[in-house]
Amino acid sequence: MMQAGQRKNLPFLIGNYVLMLAFAAIFILPLLFMGFSSLKPNDQLLSDATSIRAFLPVGDLSLENYTAAFARAPIATFIFNSVLVTGVTVFLALLLGSLAAFAFTFLNWRGKDVLFSVILATLIIPFETIAVPLLLEVNNLPWIGSNGFTWGWLNSWHVQIIPWIADGLTIFLFVQYFKDLPKELLEAARIDGAGWLRIYAQVVMPLSGPVIATAAILKFLVMYSQQYLWPLLVTQSEAYRPVMVGLQYFFQLNTPWGEVMAYLTIITLPVLIFYLCLQRLFISSIAASGIKG
Amino acid sequence: MALFSSKGKLTRDGFIGWFMAGPAMVLIGLFLITPFLLGLGFSFTNQRLTSPNPTEFVGVENYTRLLGIGVLTLEPEREADGSLKQGADGAISYPRIRNFTRNNPDYPYLEGMREYKSFTWGENQIFILARDVVFLTALVNTLSFVAVVAPVQAALALFLALLVNQKIPGVTIFRAIYFMPVVLSVVVVALLWRFIYAADNGLLNSLLSYMSFGLFQPVDWLGRTDTALWAILVMSVWQGVGFHMVIWLSGLQTISPDLYEAADIEGASRWQKFSMITWPLLRNTAVLIIIVITMQAFALFAQIDVMTKGGPRDSTQSIVYQAVERGYRQQDIAAGSAISVVLFLLVLCISLTQRYLTREKQ
Amino acid sequence: MTTKAIFAGAATALSMLFSTTALAQTDLTMWYHGAGNVEERKILAGIIEDFNSSQSDWRVSLQEFPQSAYNESVTAAALSNKLPDILDVDGPNMPNWAWSGYLQPLQIDEAKLANFLPGAVGKWGDKLYSVGLWDAAVAVFARKSVLDENGIRIPTLDQPWSGEEFNAALEKLAASGKFDYAIDLGMADKTEWYSYAFSPFLESFGGSLIDKENYQTAENVLNGDSAIKFGEWWQSLFQKKLAPGTSQSPADHETGFLEGRHALQWMGNWVAVKALEKYGDDLLFLPAPDFGNGPKIGAGSWQFGVSATSKHPEGASAFIEFAIQDKYLAQFSDAIGLIPATSSAAQMTKNYKQGGPLEVFFELSKRQGTLRPVTPAYAFISPVFSKAVSDIANGADVADTLDNATDEINNNIERNSGYQPK
Repeated sequence: MMQAGQRKNLPFLIGNYVLMLAFAAIFILPLLFMGFSSLKPNDQLLSDATSIRAFLPVGDLSLENYTAAFARAPIATFIFNSVLVTGVTVFLALLLGSLAAFAFTFLNWRGKDVLFSVILATLIIPFETIAVPLLLEVNNLPWIGSNGFTWGWLNSWHVQIIPWIADGLTIFLFVQYFKDLPKELLEAARIDGAGWLRIYAQVVMPLSGPVIATAAILKFLVMYSQQYLWPLLVTQSEAYRPVMVGLQYFFQLNTPWGEVMAYLTIITLPVLIFYLCLQRLFISSIAASGIKG
Repeated sequence: MALFSSKGKLTRDGFIGWFMAGPAMVLIGLFLITPFLLGLGFSFTNQRLTSPNPTEFVGVENYTRLLGIGVLTLEPEREADGSLKQGADGAISYPRIRNFTRNNPDYPYLEGMREYKSFTWGENQIFILARDVVFLTALVNTLSFVAVVAPVQAALALFLALLVNQKIPGVTIFRAIYFMPVVLSVVVVALLWRFIYAADNGLLNSLLSYMSFGLFQPVDWLGRTDTALWAILVMSVWQGVGFHMVIWLSGLQTISPDLYEAADIEGASRWQKFSMITWPLLRNTAVLIIIVITMQAFALFAQIDVMTKGGPRDSTQSIVYQAVERGYRQQDIAAGSAISVVLFLLVLCISLTQRYLTREKQ
Repeated sequence: MTTKAIFAGAATALSMLFSTTALAQTDLTMWYHGAGNVEERKILAGIIEDFNSSQSDWRVSLQEFPQSAYNESVTAAALSNKLPDILDVDGPNMPNWAWSGYLQPLQIDEAKLANFLPGAVGKWGDKLYSVGLWDAAVAVFARKSVLDENGIRIPTLDQPWSGEEFNAALEKLAASGKFDYAIDLGMADKTEWYSYAFSPFLESFGGSLIDKENYQTAENVLNGDSAIKFGEWWQSLFQKKLAPGTSQSPADHETGFLEGRHALQWMGNWVAVKALEKYGDDLLFLPAPDFGNGPKIGAGSWQFGVSATSKHPEGASAFIEFAIQDKYLAQFSDAIGLIPATSSAAQMTKNYKQGGPLEVFFELSKRQGTLRPVTPAYAFISPVFSKAVSDIANGADVADTLDNATDEINNNIERNSGYQPK
């Protein structure tokens, strides 16, 4: 399916584009709905929502909703918190997850298979079901920070980061990817006498662009867009709240839908930016380096 | 699975293995496994979220309350002379179940059960009763959901991945667009789809009506018990397919293009290239995808919470939604934990079966 | 040397002076459910500032939470032993929070509450736990022109519609063909609204969510004949397409009445101002219909209380006592459109004073307001009732659904040993 720059038959190419455009139309609708609605006044937004006008930038467009949204909630604080928490978690997750996956895939050690099965089993546990026990647990953990030694992690950044660093999905992603790497590379490095850590850092990870990008964006999404219940339980002041809890600021008795859309548009930007930055990594370096499989 | 496996030397890389995997293992053990075990412990008690009453150990009571099932066969009501009693519309009537399930000393094992499903067998009506009808409905709904979502979403994601894996201009933009729904919060997605599915002037109804020249009658997608779950399914697939497309893509990247060049030289068709090069080499990714999709499908919660809250009439109940409903909203953390444990065991069995069926035949 | 000593002595004396002043003012934390509501924050901040500067013993600081997340945040804080000193609580939840150990009784002069609307005073087990600055009410929003056009009598507080009159009116409006639906009940709002707005109908039929003698069982009140009549009437509304059902979209709910697609709306007075802007003099707020047991509407809104773990309940109570002055009640009412808790405060507001546009709501609340059951079991009863009402609206068997709800409630009460106060 990979046509390396060769001109195949034109009908096929056109057919391809038509198909891709059709899907693109289906998938881009909510973005258009959200973006255009954020520019419309509330009443028009709601009445447009019942027709095709929902996806069109028509009517009374302005940036009013954005200014009102900023007045209603400390959006900058929320975004800062989310980006900080998400960034640190993603970085540590990639590091620890890939290290563990490397150990599971390439190394021989006692207990490896059992542990791996346990990790896979943790994939099944939906967060909502362990939220309360986890809350009780973090209340009883010690922490050494700017206030010295304290008990309980509530209302902080680390309580939003540390429980989330290691997860089965990231490890599983890396493992399945590592298993497909060409074995000759590692054999060559071993024969040269390289230690495992060196092989990890200089042989395997440079070839892991695609999986790093995949794991990074998936983890980013979980931490940024899907995290709601946990921050709700553990943050008690605006200084630590992330964006999804901030969203609730906009659901009042008279919901200002325009501001909701404005807020959602604003908070979607960091994710989009992160995703676009990763685009380069999604394409394999194996294919680029021309190693025969 | 290890690169240099040789029996009897399992501890060769012992230290470095534990060193590299250690941090992640400790964190998972501390923050995923420990709370789960704690929850497991709760499920054997009558722990409430907060309550002045002391917590007591109740054994498996939470589980029997959840999973108890019974069957009851009822004969139709008869008149004094033995003929069938018929209602105004000619329907045969049966005695009310409540007479058997509440305080009936002849049927102690049916105490507290409610009707789940019933069907007619000859003259009699056979009732399947359950102690927790809502949970049973949630279980069946979730299983149906998973059975449909897994193949559909996996296949669609693969199709899209193949589509955007081509080196044609503009493909990066398409890849980004296909990923859009995943990036958006479930709130915006649910809102949009509520408008799409609305019964009066909903976008979907309008579109279908337009395309069928007015023949199509508007359907209340979210309001009918037979369409609500599938409406949510379509929305789920639409939102989640980009996620799995990206995973398929990373798997596709490990396939060297030289293989395809060689195939081209031999004059292979597109289908042959796919079935003989791509598909076999995607095996590891396929295993990953199927396992992940299954697990995520079992965790169906957010869309229901925002759109239908389990309705109409329990047709969109899911296991996790019930766990949250019991645990938080009804403050019965023990029952919520019991549901989580049941879910865990269920999914564990299914994924073990999946792994067995997809194991590498050495 | 002596100079140094004098300076040292002076410095020590000064620092002691300052530290004693600082020590004397104790910090109190307060949580409020209204994050994102700009007007409420302004008023609260004003009250807090006035309080802080009016005395030097206590200093209150505010932390706001979004409403939809508030209850869960409080529960999490209680589990972690990190409750604030002052917090507000939604009226019907107060007994549950008091029973669960989140709240302690208030230490304020109860004589000050003599003129308060019953829905704004939170008592459980004869102890006062919370007091609110306002109450909320529900009415039938209608347009005079529409009623006149269809020959429907306009009901008054003394002579509300009877059940039959109400049903006849709905059918007439539906038959006129000018509306999508005769009445919008707000089925799109799947929160506490269902229990708040619809349990009064149940009560009007003669049923109830729980036996109000002992609060131990719902048998015969939730599944008795009156309740079944309510259920059948409720189901008929949707079968006859008189009201949009559970799949109503939020847009339809927010704009339906305002854009004329719905003839009537059963709605709370927090949207009254918006409706007034649209329809002006043509707008009417009609009392609830009387289905046999008197016309009833809901009562009880957010109220302030003191947390059980507060180390300074006297200070917390002092703040609450300060906050219930008439001028603050009036400020809140003007800002958010809800009913101030006393009639004297009502005279100071623009909407509820004599001749004000929303004046009728004050009487409505006083005469028809029915508190949701004052029991810790309410936290469980509410979602169960919501589900029952939802299922019946979607066609479930009325008697079975109500029976099941009753069973669930009774089981829950039993499993909690009757929710007895300690």
